[in-house]
Parts: sequence; structure tokens; C-alpha cells
Amino acid sequence: MEIVRSHRQVAAAAAAAGGDGGGAGALPTYKAAPQLEVRLEEFELFAIDRLRVLKGISDGLSRGKRPEEMEKLVSELWKTYMRHQDPAETLNKDIISHFVLRLVYCRTEELRKWFLSMETALFRYRFRLESPESQRMLMTEFQLPYKALPHSEFEAVKDKLSQVARSIGQSANVEHVFFKVPFEEVPDLVASRRVFLSKGYAYVAMSQVVSLVVTQFRCNISKALALTNRKWTATIKEQEKGRLTPIVEALSNAYFGPDYSQPKDTVDISLKDIDQLAKSSFPLCMRHMLDKLRENHHLKHGGRMQFGLFLKGAGLKLEDALAFWRAEFSQKVGSERFDKEYAYTIRHNYGKEGKRTDYTPYSCQKIISATPGVGDHHGCPFRHFGEENLRAALNKMGVGGHALEEIMDKVKNRHYQLACTLTFETTHGVSCDSGINHPNQYFSESQKILRAKNQTMESQSQSAT
Amino acid sequence: MGRDDEQVDSMEIDDQKQQQLEAPAAVPEGFNTDYLRVYYGKLFPYGDFFKWLCYGNDGKHPGCDQSYVGRREFSFTLENDIYLRFQSFDSATELESSIKEKCPFKIDIGPVYSVDPSKRHAYAQSGNNVFVPVERELIFDIDISDYDDVRYCCSGADVCLDCWPLMTIAIKILDTSLRDDFGFNHILWVYSGRRGVHCWVCDSRARKLSNEQRAAIADYFRVYKGGENALKKVSLAGPVLHPFLARSYMDVLKTFFEDRLLLSQQLFSSEERCQKILDLIPDENVASEVHDKWQGNRRSSISKEDVNVTRWEQLKTTLQSGKHKAQGLRRCVEEIVFSYTYPRLDMEVSKHMNHLLKAPFCIHPKTGRVCVPIDPSNCDDFDPAAVPTLSQLLGELNATGFKTDSENNLERTSLGKSISFFRTSFLHPLLKACKEELESAYNAKLQQSKNSLNW
Repeated sequence: MEIVRSHRQVAAAAAAAGGDGGGAGALPTYKAAPQLEVRLEEFELFAIDRLRVLKGISDGLSRGKRPEEMEKLVSELWKTYMRHQDPAETLNKDIISHFVLRLVYCRTEELRKWFLSMETALFRYRFRLESPESQRMLMTEFQLPYKALPHSEFEAVKDKLSQVARSIGQSANVEHVFFKVPFEEVPDLVASRRVFLSKGYAYVAMSQVVSLVVTQFRCNISKALALTNRKWTATIKEQEKGRLTPIVEALSNAYFGPDYSQPKDTVDISLKDIDQLAKSSFPLCMRHMLDKLRENHHLKHGGRMQFGLFLKGAGLKLEDALAFWRAEFSQKVGSERFDKEYAYTIRHNYGKEGKRTDYTPYSCQKIISATPGVGDHHGCPFRHFGEENLRAALNKMGVGGHALEEIMDKVKNRHYQLACTLTFETTHGVSCDSGINHPNQYFSESQKILRAKNQTMESQSQSAT
Repeated sequence: MGRDDEQVDSMEIDDQKQQQLEAPAAVPEGFNTDYLRVYYGKLFPYGDFFKWLCYGNDGKHPGCDQSYVGRREFSFTLENDIYLRFQSFDSATELESSIKEKCPFKIDIGPVYSVDPSKRHAYAQSGNNVFVPVERELIFDIDISDYDDVRYCCSGADVCLDCWPLMTIAIKILDTSLRDDFGFNHILWVYSGRRGVHCWVCDSRARKLSNEQRAAIADYFRVYKGGENALKKVSLAGPVLHPFLARSYMDVLKTFFEDRLLLSQQLFSSEERCQKILDLIPDENVASEVHDKWQGNRRSSISKEDVNVTRWEQLKTTLQSGKHKAQGLRRCVEEIVFSYTYPRLDMEVSKHMNHLLKAPFCIHPKTGRVCVPIDPSNCDDFDPAAVPTLSQLLGELNATGFKTDSENNLERTSLGKSISFFRTSFLHPLLKACKEELESAYNAKLQQSKNSLNW
């Protein structure tokens, strides 16, 4: 891919290029960078548009949207941001924007992970929207070596296949084309028990073939990202110092926003204020964990991570964090065992042990997608609490009446972050237009509001005297 | 030690039978460094243990990867909880002398890394991502303490024969599925020494799984959802169960629930316990209908039948009667059984390659019991209280006197049975498969290079 400054019309080369961008029809497989000239402003604009699509997908996933809803969402997002009257132009934009973002998101593990899962989701739902014919063409293009299950074998497992189909709410009339593949190839279908498994093979229906293709797609992109990263650090970054590098770096920041790994406000929170702050400014998930910690003098690993990193992000210093956790845990396990078994992870979270990475507090998206098990208190209360427990917890925060019903309504529609935003608005009496997408954002917004209130109160009381 | 030996020798002259009966009592129960030293000195099965982790790569075959076992992480926990991570050993002798010297209270096994973990710092300079886990058994960890809301006999780390069947269920269900559904053959079940079981799936296919694939398998087994605050923890959607769940229910869960746990745990014996079950019925009217029936039978307690059995039957007839077959209630009986019996895995352990897991044949410091293998086909008979303890083994050793040959020492103790089970049922079939795979992989490689030569 050649990036030029010239304003010369770009040849609608992608369509003609065929194999370059890959892709038999409208859905490219991005196997190789296209031999295209791209204008610098398009470089950036196309990337931003694709980023909007990916961000939309990420939001949809964090709301726990069902596959059918995701399909609709992706199709709408695509139409809004990527579609052009000229199909060749659409294809051009698709390919160019993908390769630009590859450059943007190849640079850290975190970025790669996000990009990989969003691009894979995008591909998945676009694939589902393709005609069966072009789906088959894509299968050939990925060189999937699977043949349809022969009739005799099919008859032998037919009952089981129909049982699986019914268990996932499909009709008992079994499809006729199945592929027998090693279970490793379709982890998503295995995880959700959507396939019949026997002796290490998964029986994948034609309508599920997307999983096979997606595995392959994901694997290709993952490898490509690692490669791009190497090229980026070895040559591109330096070569493009004056031109692409600033754009690339700005693009990744533009989306992610602050990651709260370093408390931004210079305000530190101190040990003795934690309970007070929890009451006024912690989001429900964190309040809940503090309550449970005070009650049981213990939190399991998932809770220690989610809550501990939040406190770090809110400005609790390492020494105070150690003192805080020790005070609770030592009541249950003794301070000696605390120092031996738990202090390490706390220092680890602050980047003082092991890999010495400064760990980032969890975002709402990560918290919502957690899978708390027995004895766990982490996760998002709006998603993981039973209805009664959630109502009780919200009541305890002073949320009731109409507001409570509205929140429960959001929960029912799986808008967990909106429910949390509403809770914030109700308890603070102000609107929060940006929405809540990070517990530390909840905390700092709340603190900002409370500080402002205090100041006006102070000035009022001063003027009154 | 010399004096002990003499003593033992002189005692050997006495009546042997008498000795065997009395000797175990001669070593007081407990766990300490001295006991452990004798165990590591005379009993720990270094040879078999190391052979296992070599997976056939210690042979002379040209296809062997000689560096394989040396890239495996071992982690020792010493007395006073000092952790020694990233230990590695090239031979059984090295492992043996290190264990004997350090006398670890606990030995953990980690993954096989891309490079020797003890030299990881040397590789760290040469760029990122060089030191990464590349292979690891698929492992499962099940703790009885995760079942505290469904057992009334014990809590926390305690376990008895009334609640141990929960572990038996877990072994049966996972073992069957790992073999029949996933096609694995080389599965080792190990008693964790106190409150649960560990599972090691050792097929080469299992060892090569990515984290994502591991997570998929763990999720396949996951039925129990939601943390402490979700009211209903098991939710079975859909008009029928997936074949795996249906088989688990029919073959294992139902029988264990009705024939064992219902009575041993007295699941319906108090108002509070009953209420917990009623909470699992999503329709309030139906729940109160069931409750009314239970109230009825409390008054007419003439019935000879056990109250738990009666109440369970009443619940079943109410829920499964024609008028309640509506959506949502259809699965309710099954959901209750699943809630009370279905295996609860520590998901995190299974999902990532780099999780450490305690090695078989360690001694649990709190109980002094050996982490012995469990035979899944006879797991019904496994009794954690009958697992040999450290002091019992030392007693048995004393009873007949030390021999220099450790093989002989082993066979004379009650650990002998466990070792021979490990060897014949697990290790030998595993090594046979490893050898075959090694050869076929090697031949394929040869063939390939031949073909390329022809070109």
C-alpha cells in the first residue's frame, strides 16, 4: 500500500486487484496489503470511519446483544459509515481502512487484542449476511479441507444432531450438510454447547460454518498483526516519523480515552476516607465489594483484582493499599499469611513484582464480560445480580421509586452501562451525558461534582456571613 | 538414623504380624520436615514421575526433543512459605537430588516453556515474547469448598463421606465427557490431599491446546453461572438438553441426587433448606403450591417414608404435572438437580496454560495425606479418609525395616498400590502412545524431506 500526498483520483484498483485484498465477493479476507495509492487524508478519514464501526460493535458486545441483534447492528453500522455508491469505492475503503487500523493497533498487546476481537466480530456478522454461494466461495478461499459428512455417518448421529439443534432452540428438522472437524477448530461452538461432540470431533452444520471460517480469519489476522508490529518497530515508525507516525499514534488514543492506570487528578485518596468515599462516589460494583470485604474480611481473586485496581486508579498509594487489605485479611487469615500469600499480588498490581507491568483498572466492558463463580463478588451488579438482590442494593444507595423502575428496565434490556449511568444521575442529581464506561470515570466524575457543590456551599456560607 | 536402623533390625526378629499391627501407631500423626525427608528419601516415585513428564522425549529415537523436559517449570514451596518458582531439571536424578536437598512442602508443576525457565532472564534481553508457555496438560481443579451452599454436613476445607460423593460425581462426569466427547485417553485423576480433586489430561492434543481452546472446554462444562448474588445459579434454556447434559443427568446426577444426597444431606429437612429449593422455582404460584403440599405432610407425619423423599416426590409431581409444563418450568426439576450436584470447576485454572498445579504424590501439609491417583472407573469406592498419611507410611516402613532399594520400600507400604495403578493404568499406555506419535511424526518429516529432495 502506497500512501501519497497527491490529490490525484485513486484508481478504483481494489476491485480489479482481486487477489490482492483477497475476497471473492464483497467480503475481503485482507490476506495481503493492496497495491493502491492512498491519499493521506483518506488514510485518516477511512480509518476513523472503520473505528466507528468497531467501537459500535464493542458497545454492542458489552451490552450482551444476541447474535441476531449483533447481525442487525453490524449491518447498520456498516451502511452508515462504510458504504459508498460505487461498490468498488466501498471495497477500496474497506481494505484501506483495515490496513491502516492494523498499523494503529499492532503496537501493544492490549491494542492487538481489542482490534483482533472486533475485526473478527465484524467479519463474523458480515459473513453471516453473505449469500450461501459466496459463503462457500469464502470457504474455498480459506482452503478449509473439510468435506461434507457422508450419508451413512450422518444417519448414525442424526438423533444427536437433532437433539443439539433443539437444545439451542432450532427446529428438530436437522440440516443435511454437516462437517466433521476437530473440536479445536470451533472453540466458540464448543464453549456454548452448540455442536455435537464425539471422540474429539465437532459436527458443524452448514449454518454454523461461519465459526470455522472465523477461526481461520482470526488466526490469519493475529499472525499478521504480530508481523506488522515487528515491521512497525523495526522500520516504519522511524521512516514515517514526520508523516504517518503521528496520525497512527493519535488514532489509537482517540478511541481508547484515558485508561486510568495513573490517577489523573493529583488528589490521592487516603485510607481513612475510603468508607466515606465509597458512600459518596463509588459505583455499585465497588461499593458492593467493599461491603463484602468488610463483612467477610476476604475477597476472592477476581474481586481483589477488580476492586484493588480500581482503588489504585482512584489514587490509593501502594503503602495504603497494603495497609487497607492487610487490615481486613489479617482478621480472617492472620497478618502473617497475608504478608506471604496476598501482599505479593497487591505489589504486583502496582507493578512492583513479577513482570513489573503497571496494571490497568478494569473498564466496564471487561467487568461486564466477567464470569463470577461461586463465592465471587466481582463483576457488574447490573448484569450479575439477581433482580431482588439488585433492587435491595440500589435501595441501599437511596435509589427508589420511578428511578429504580427505570434502571431495572434498562437492566432487562441488557443496557448495563446505561443502568449504571442512570444510577449515577439519580444519586448525584445531575445528568451524565458522556455515560459511564469505566468505574474510575464514575468515581472522578462524582468527585468533580461533589467538589463543585462544596465550593458553592462554601462560597454561599461565606457570603452569608 | 543409624541407631534407628539397628533398632528396627533387632525388632525384625520378633513376630512379623505383631509388628505390622503395632508399628503404624509407633509414628505419631503429623507433618514435619523430618517425616518429609524420610518420604522423599525412601518413597517418592521419582522415576515414574519424571518419566511421565518426559512424554517419551527421553528415549534414543532421533525424533525425541531432548530439551523438552528441561523446559518444564517446577515450583517448590518450602517451609515458611518460601516460593521457588521456575525450577527446571534435565534428568530424574537432578530432580531427585534437588527435592531431597530442599525438602519442599509442596511441589507444583507449571507449563513447558519455549526456553528453560531457570534461564529465562538470559533470554529476556533478546527481545520480547521469547519466554512463553508452549505446552501444558489440560487441567481441572475441583474444590469441595465451592459446594458450601449445597452441603450441610461440613463446610470449608472439611470433607466427609456424606459430601465426598459430590467429588465422585465430578470425576464421573468430566472423565466420561473428556473421553467420549473430546476423545482424550490419557487422563490422570489425583486426590488433592484435603478438599478436592485434580485432573490432568495428558494427550499430546490436550497439551497443545491454546488458551482459547482451553477456555472453550471449560465453558462446555460450565452450567453453574452467576456469582454469589445471582438467585438462580443454574439456568437450562431450550426445550431439550444438549446430549452431554442429558447424558450427565440420566447417568449420574439424577441417581446421585435421589439415592445419595437427598438423604445424606437431608436436603428438605428444615424450613430454611426447603425455602432454598423453592427459590429455584421461577413461578411464585407454583412455588407456594409446592410449599402448601409440604405443609400438609408435616402434620400427617404418620408416613413411614423419609420426609426428604416425600417432599422431593411432591415437588416433582407438582412441577411435572400437565398444567405446569409451561415454558420456564419444564426444566425446573433438572435445574434443581443440577444446582445440587453438577460439578463446579475453578475455571481460571483450566483456562490458562501458565497456571501451576500441585504435583501428584505430594503430601498435603494440613492433613499429612498423600496426593494419590484416583481410579475413575472405581471412584465410587474412593474414601479420602483411607488415603495413606505420611506417618502411616513411615510406620509401615519401620515395621519391616529400611531396605536400600527404594522400589522395595514402596511396595511394602500402602502407597505401593497407588504407584502400581499410576504405572499400569496411566503411565504405560501414555508412553506407548507417545512413542507411536513420535515415530509417526518423525516418519512424516522424513517423508516430507524426501519429497522435497525429489523436487
